[in-house]
Parts: sequence; structure tokens; C-alpha cells
Amino acid sequence: MIKANNITKVFGESTVLQQITTTIKQGEVVTIIGPSGSGKSTFLRCLNLLEDPTEGQIFLHDQEITLPKTNKLVIRKNIGMVFQHFHLFPHMTVLDNVSYAPQKVKGVSKQEAEKTAKQLLTKVGLTDKEDTYPNRLSGGQKQRVAIARALAMEPSIMLFDEPTSALDPEMVKEVLDVIKDLAQTGMTMVIVTHEMNFAKEVADRVLFLDNGRLVEEAEPTRFFEQPTSERARDFLDKVL
Amino acid sequence: MNLDFSQIVPYIPFILEGIWATLKFVSVSILMGFILGTLLSLCKITKTPLLKWLADAYTSIFRGTPLILQLMIIYYAVPQLTGYDISAFLSAVLAFGLNSAAYISEIIRGGILAVDKGQTEAAEALGVPYKPMMLNIILPQAFKNILPAMMNEFITLTKESALVSTIGYLDIMRRAQVVGSDLYRNFEPLLFAGLIYWVIVYILTSVGRLVERRLRQSD
Ligand SMILES: Nc1ncnc2c1ncn2[C@@H]1O[C@H](COP(=O)(O)OP(=O)(O)OP(=O)(O)O)[C@@H](O)[C@H]1O
Ligand SMILES: [Mg+2]
Repeated sequence: MIKANNITKVFGESTVLQQITTTIKQGEVVTIIGPSGSGKSTFLRCLNLLEDPTEGQIFLHDQEITLPKTNKLVIRKNIGMVFQHFHLFPHMTVLDNVSYAPQKVKGVSKQEAEKTAKQLLTKVGLTDKEDTYPNRLSGGQKQRVAIARALAMEPSIMLFDEPTSALDPEMVKEVLDVIKDLAQTGMTMVIVTHEMNFAKEVADRVLFLDNGRLVEEAEPTRFFEQPTSERARDFLDKVL
Repeated sequence: MNLDFSQIVPYIPFILEGIWATLKFVSVSILMGFILGTLLSLCKITKTPLLKWLADAYTSIFRGTPLILQLMIIYYAVPQLTGYDISAFLSAVLAFGLNSAAYISEIIRGGILAVDKGQTEAAEALGVPYKPMMLNIILPQAFKNILPAMMNEFITLTKESALVSTIGYLDIMRRAQVVGSDLYRNFEPLLFAGLIYWVIVYILTSVGRLVERRLRQSD
């Protein structure tokens, strides 16, 4: 469970997030949608403290993690993140990409870490790519490796920032399928996405951000069929 | 014009031994410059103002004064100050090592900054601490970026290395001078020394190109 309480984020002059409050329950899948620049990525990055909220608190399993004494690294072990542009380590093989962090961060033995990595690679459909370097992979394959890499830390929550936005259209499905499978396993997930059908299908709840504000929060059928706010209606008219 | 190269023939082995002397101290210097330069570059990118200031001051001093002055200070002033009779080799290594550290730290700093910021974020998001992140993720990529620049630094250092002849270190240059005063003819030995430098630099440049091409292929 992760809870954001009155999160405000200011960059220099501009207020990018304004008092966002929401709770993501254990096993819940939440998608965040909204126009470009509305603060979706920033909000996501506040959840794992890649950005420090200017005001407000984040609670992970009822423990405040925005305290000054918090060890961010310990928190992040528990929160996996998948980026739009993958950010795989280009000088490491696929297997090393996935097995590196468990060894360095959790002190798992090399043998154990590689065994888990292989299982995860099978799970995302990349059994035969272990010894390949990332530059030999397609975008969809890269993103699936990135998902396996995050899962290797056995996080209790997964954050996805537009995981399919950098992909060629024909590769979107393979990545979304992996994420859907993950949703089935009961993983708690927060997903920023522009794929409306996917958002509708996979989400237990949709958050709509606009101009740094959490304008609307509803279960997907309600949100997509009867958005209550003007802003959400405008946005859906444009993208659907 | 009367050039007579036959006279330097007996001295050729003596001059050629200078190649080893030159390459030995240049290699040790660049190794020292590389290690110290890496540490300095890490200081430059930290958020600790004091470390940053120290590293910048270091760079400014070593780049802002003549190398020959640094060499002289180490060779002549250190014994005066400490009573320790420093050898020509050690002075040369220290002067060139400390000096190249300043240049190399700038090269590495640039190499680190050229690594995609996403790499740091990915490592941080996985909870990887600073030290392994730098050692295993950022620096390997930075070093790959800077290999061509490092090769250039090595070549520059090899040419500049002739400066150590001024403190009596028996490198290629010094040996050519010794032969010159032996024969009362300077032109031939100096020309021969010039040829040796040119060949070394030519080989290093070719190796550099080869490495660069390899790197480009692997991208
Ligand atoms: N590090 C930063 N420094 C200054 N401004 C920033 C920074 N990061 C984001 N911003 C600004 O904050 C606003 C929100 O950015 P954010 O990336 O969160 O939007 P987004 O909803 O994810 O947009 P997109 O759909 O384009 O990814 C933007 O105006 C952006 O320019
Ligand atoms: Mg974004």
C-alpha cells in the first residue's frame, strides 16, 4: 500500500503538483492519465522519491518515507520502476541487467540471482536472450527486460511511466500483455499511460491529472463513460 | 650543408634505449593521472562544495602553470624543502602524473556527464548505492566514451615528455643531446630523435584510430 498525502511539487517558479492525495491499496492497479505536462511523471517519481515532494507526505505500508532520516535506497528496493525509455545498462548482457541489482543491493548470491533472472526472463518471454546485449534487442524486448529487471528486486509495488510510448505500434501489445499478466498476479501497480483501452481494461481505478491537480479519480467504466469534470471530458474527446 | 649520419650509427642503440625510458615514465604517469583524474572528476561532480572547490583549484593550478615549471619545482625544490634527494624518474612521473591528472579529470568529468541521466535514475530506482552505481554502471560507460580523448592525452604526454631531458632523465631527447655533445654535431642525433618521436606518435595514433573504429562498430 502506498499513500500520498497533500503532495505538492515546485520546480523553481512553477508548481507542477498541487496537493495530491490518494491511496493505492495492496493489489490495486491504478492508471494515471492526463495531458502532456500535467505532472504524471513527476507524481510517479515522488512515489519512489526520485523527486522529493516540496510539501506533503508519502506513506509506504503506513510508514512515512518522506522524513529527512529516510534511507531512500531501502525504500526503493521495495518499489520497482519501469521507464519510458527503458534505461537498460548497455554494457551488460540481458542476464546481468536483471541479476545485477539483487546481488549488489540485497546481497543475493550470483548463482541465486541468475536463477531468478532466468525465471523472470522466461516469464516475460525472453528465454533465449540471456547473453544478448541491449542494443541487439527491439524496443518491446528491451522494455520486457526492464520489467524483469525491476521484478528481480521482488518489489511490493511497481511503477510504470508510459511503458509503451517509445515503442513501435506492433510492439505495444507484447509489453502490455506482460503488464496485464502481472496485474493478474496481484501486484500493486501504478501505471502512467496514453493507451486508453489498456487503462480501461487493466485498471481498478483511474486518476486523471490536469495542470498538477488530481481532477478526477474513479473506476474505469465510470471515468470513461461519465467523466464528471469538464477537463476530463475535453481530454477524452481529444484522445478517444 | 654537410650532413653525416654515419657518425651516429654507433650511438643508435644508446638512443633507442631512450624509447623504453620515455615510454616507461609516460605510461606510469598516465596511469597515475588516470587514477588521480578519476578521483578528481568524482569530486567535481559531487554535491559537496568543498570537494568540488578543491578539485577545481587543483585543475586550475596544474593547467594554469607551465609543465616545465612544475617539473623543476618537484626536482629542485623538493630536495631543498625536505632534504629528500628525489630521482629524475620519480620527479618526471610525479610532474607528468599530477599534471595529466588535471587534464584527465576534465576528460572523465565530460565522459560522466555524457552518460545518459536515465542510467543514474535506473540504478537509483533499483536502490543501488552510489559507489557500486559509479563503479559498475556509470564509469564503465564514461570510460568507453572517453577512450579516444585518453589516447590523445597519451600522445600529447609522449611528445611533452621530452621536457624531462632538462632534469637529466635519460629519455630519447636527452640521449640525442648527449650524443650531440659527444660528436660536436647536433643536427643528426636530433633529427634521429625526431624520427623516433614521430614513429611512436604515428603508431599510437593508428592504434587510437583502430580502437575508435572498433568502438563505433560495437555501438
Ligand atoms: N526537473 C524538472 N525541472 C523543472 N521542471 C520540470 C522538471 N521535471 C518536470 N518539470 C516540469 O513539470 C511539468 C510536469 O512534468 P511531467 O513530466 O511530470 O509531466 P507529464 O504529465 O509526465 O507529461 P508527459 O505526458 O509529456 O510525460 C512540466 O511542465 C515539466 O516541464
Ligand atoms: Mg511523463
